[in-house]
Amino acid sequence: MKLLRRIFPHPHLSFLLTLVWVLLANAPSLNSLVFGLLLGIIIPFITQPYWPDRPVLRNWPMVVEYMIVVLWDIVVANVTVARIILFKRDADRQPNWISIPLELRTPEAITVLAGTITMTPGTVSCDLSAQGHCLLVHCLDAPDPGAVRDQIKQRYERRLKEIFE
Amino acid sequence: MEFIFELLIAFFLIVSGVFGFVGSFGMIKLKDPMSRLHAPTKATTLGVGGVLLASIFHSILIEQRLSMHELLITLFLFLTAPITALFIAKWHIHRHEAPEDLPDAGEDKLWATHAVEQVEDVPDHSAN
Repeated sequence: MKLLRRIFPHPHLSFLLTLVWVLLANAPSLNSLVFGLLLGIIIPFITQPYWPDRPVLRNWPMVVEYMIVVLWDIVVANVTVARIILFKRDADRQPNWISIPLELRTPEAITVLAGTITMTPGTVSCDLSAQGHCLLVHCLDAPDPGAVRDQIKQRYERRLKEIFE
Repeated sequence: MEFIFELLIAFFLIVSGVFGFVGSFGMIKLKDPMSRLHAPTKATTLGVGGVLLASIFHSILIEQRLSMHELLITLFLFLTAPITALFIAKWHIHRHEAPEDLPDAGEDKLWATHAVEQVEDVPDHSAN
C-alpha cells in the first residue's frame, strides 16, 4: 500500500493524464495506454511539490450530479440569452453587477465555482475580493440581482461545498 | 436508418450554427464592453458543443469508428474560456471602474483588482 502511494502520489491526476493521452491518440491501443500510464506516473511525481495540500473530493455521486446540473443549465441559459440578444431592445436590458458572499474557502472549489458561473451564459465572474471572501459577477440581464445570487448559491455553491469541504 | 442518423447530425450542426451566429451578433448589438463579454462565452458553449456532438455522432454512426478527440476539445475549452473572460473583465475593472461603482465587497472592503492598485504604483497609460 505504501509503495502504491509512492508510485501514485496523486491517483486522480495519474488517471486523468492517462485518459487524456489515450484520447489524444484517438485509437485505443496498448501502445498509447502504456505511454499514457508512463506519463501518469512521471508527471505527478515531478510536480508533487506544487500541490502540497491538494483537495480531497468527498462526494463522488455529487460530482456527477453537479456536472449534469451544470450541463443542463448551460443549455437552458443559452436559449435564454439568445432570446435576450435577438428580441430584447438594448434599452430594456438591465446589466448588473452582483456580489456573492462565499462560504467556500478551498481555492480549488472557488475556481470551479467561478468557472461554472462564466460558462453558464448570462453571467461572467469578474473578480474576487481582496481576501477571497466574495465573488464579483456581471449579469447580462438581471432585473432582480438578489434572485440570481440566491440561485447561484443554492444550485452551485451548496453542491461544491459538499464535494470539497 | 442512415437517413435518421444524418438528420440527427444535421440537427446538431444547425444548433451550433444558430448559437454561433447569435454569439457573434451579440458582439455587434450589445453596446457596453462588459455585456459584450457575454457573447463569446456563449458561442463556446452551445455553439462549439453542437459541432463537437455532430462530429462524435458522425464518426460513430456513419464511419463506424469511435472518436473521442472531441471530448478533449470540450475539456480544454472549459478550462481556458473562463480564464480569458476573467482577464478581460479584470482589465475592464482596472481601467474603467472605480471602487465606488462596484457592489460592496463584503468584509474585505475592496475587490482584488483595486486592492492591488493601492499597493503598487501603477504607471499612467491613459495619455496614449
